[in-house]
Amino acid sequence: MAVPYVVFLLAFAAYPILFALVLVFLQWDLVTTPAFAGLDNMRLLANDGRFWRAVGNTFVFLSIHVPLQIAAALTLALALNRPLLFRSFWRAAFFLPVVISGAVVAILWSNLYATDVGLINGLLVRLGLRAVPWLTDPSTAMPAIAAMVTWKNVGFYVIIYLAGLQYIPRSCKEAIEIEGATTWQRFRHLTLPLLLPQTILVVTLSTINGFQLFIEPYVMTGGGPLRRTYSIVLYLYTNAFAYQKMGYAATIGVALAIIIGAVVLIQRKVIGRAEAY
Amino acid sequence: MKLLGRVALYAGLTLAALTFIYPFLWMASATFKPLAEVGSIALFPDNPTLDNYRTMWARAPFGRALFNSTLVAGTITLSVLVFGSIAAYAMARLRFRGRPALNAVTMGVLLVPGQLTLIPMYTLIVQLGWIDTYAALIVPYLFNATAILMMRQFFLQIPQSLIDSARMDGMSELRILFTIFWPLSKPVLSIVAIFTFMGSWNEVLWPLLVVREQQLMTLPQLLTVFALGGGAGSIGVSLASAMVLVVPVVIAYAILQRNFIESMASSGVKG
Repeated sequence: MAVPYVVFLLAFAAYPILFALVLVFLQWDLVTTPAFAGLDNMRLLANDGRFWRAVGNTFVFLSIHVPLQIAAALTLALALNRPLLFRSFWRAAFFLPVVISGAVVAILWSNLYATDVGLINGLLVRLGLRAVPWLTDPSTAMPAIAAMVTWKNVGFYVIIYLAGLQYIPRSCKEAIEIEGATTWQRFRHLTLPLLLPQTILVVTLSTINGFQLFIEPYVMTGGGPLRRTYSIVLYLYTNAFAYQKMGYAATIGVALAIIIGAVVLIQRKVIGRAEAY
Repeated sequence: MKLLGRVALYAGLTLAALTFIYPFLWMASATFKPLAEVGSIALFPDNPTLDNYRTMWARAPFGRALFNSTLVAGTITLSVLVFGSIAAYAMARLRFRGRPALNAVTMGVLLVPGQLTLIPMYTLIVQLGWIDTYAALIVPYLFNATAILMMRQFFLQIPQSLIDSARMDGMSELRILFTIFWPLSKPVLSIVAIFTFMGSWNEVLWPLLVVREQQLMTLPQLLTVFALGGGAGSIGVSLASAMVLVVPVVIAYAILQRNFIESMASSGVKG
């Protein structure tokens, strides 16, 4: 009974993983026969300014997105965790963008961010502020995309934090209140440490998600201005689809998998150490 | 003081909820506005029009894309449920050689980032001659490791005595699965169905690689190509095309929101 699944695994999991490692050593445009390229792809990758620019862009994205995601999700989850009227309505509202396609969100927000006719600048001007060229200024484009992705995914992380909050024992809350702790002290010394497993999960998932950034820059900026929003997956896609360089595109994929693994491991180590204090 | 706190809490929640809902309301209303009004923040157009929808429908095959998306997501969901549950049943309740290995490999598959296998999958599809076919969109998704592990976990908790007595009655394993396990497993089956369907419905990178023929494009792909290629021509038109993708999802979400949240949060699927 498991045979169809085993066949599927061989064809669409085992084969692609092994062939990815073979492609790293090949030069192939899908038309002519593949040629052995030795370490050329890896050498090219090591010296490819555009690839490292994309890696740098991703770290800019993550440095804004991950902290913002934690802060926003935690704030909303704490609000939802109180005795509330219409709790399921609020929860559903926060979760709404999660169910909407990333392509739609990207198209919608390119309009919200538009410099002259966008809703956001319309609001800013009304408040007496100056309009910001969100997606066309090299210094604001990536932060704008990071803010949008945070907005899209926050509902997902709210659910994770809510689940964690429900496990904090009432007796702990009562005990710390009897000790005369302020709301802030209670949050800082009880809630936050007890939510550490959830925070680690949020950091890991939003980091992995951030490394896979593709449709947002593809739709909103094309990777510009000045390649400041060019993402790793967008570069991989361009190499495969526009330049027909299968070996090099696969090399980028393997490098991306290694980078994701390394960053997630380092994050876990660092957060684990912070916990020890 | 306490009352003030409550008021502040609800004001904050309302503001937050508006931040998430208002852009979609604005989008819906913008599709009914003539070009001159699109930039306005108002929700109700002064001169409502259906022109954006007419233009969108005339310029690109959105009806066909709606059909393609439904067909692709529907077939994948059905397969993940039917064939996936067969595999999960075997992995949970049958003894065969290699079962522990199969469980381990299924878990291992979850750890491999999609970008690693993206290009080899693409070259495989090219070599199979599947570019611009439904097979390219459907076959690589016929099974889903997350779904299999969830169903397996659920099947493990169903009492062995039910299986034993069914076997005594001479029922085949497939009949046991579909007539005894399925009715007991509705919660997990609905979770799997929702995240599988949504994952496929919203997927855009894979179709962008393997489909170039407009008639075969799924909604998110056609929408992206249409908006980027300048085919839309105006904001109203490109947002109108996005509505074809969003409206069915929002209706389903409004009815089944609890199931949606549970399903998508437990699987890690994010559109």
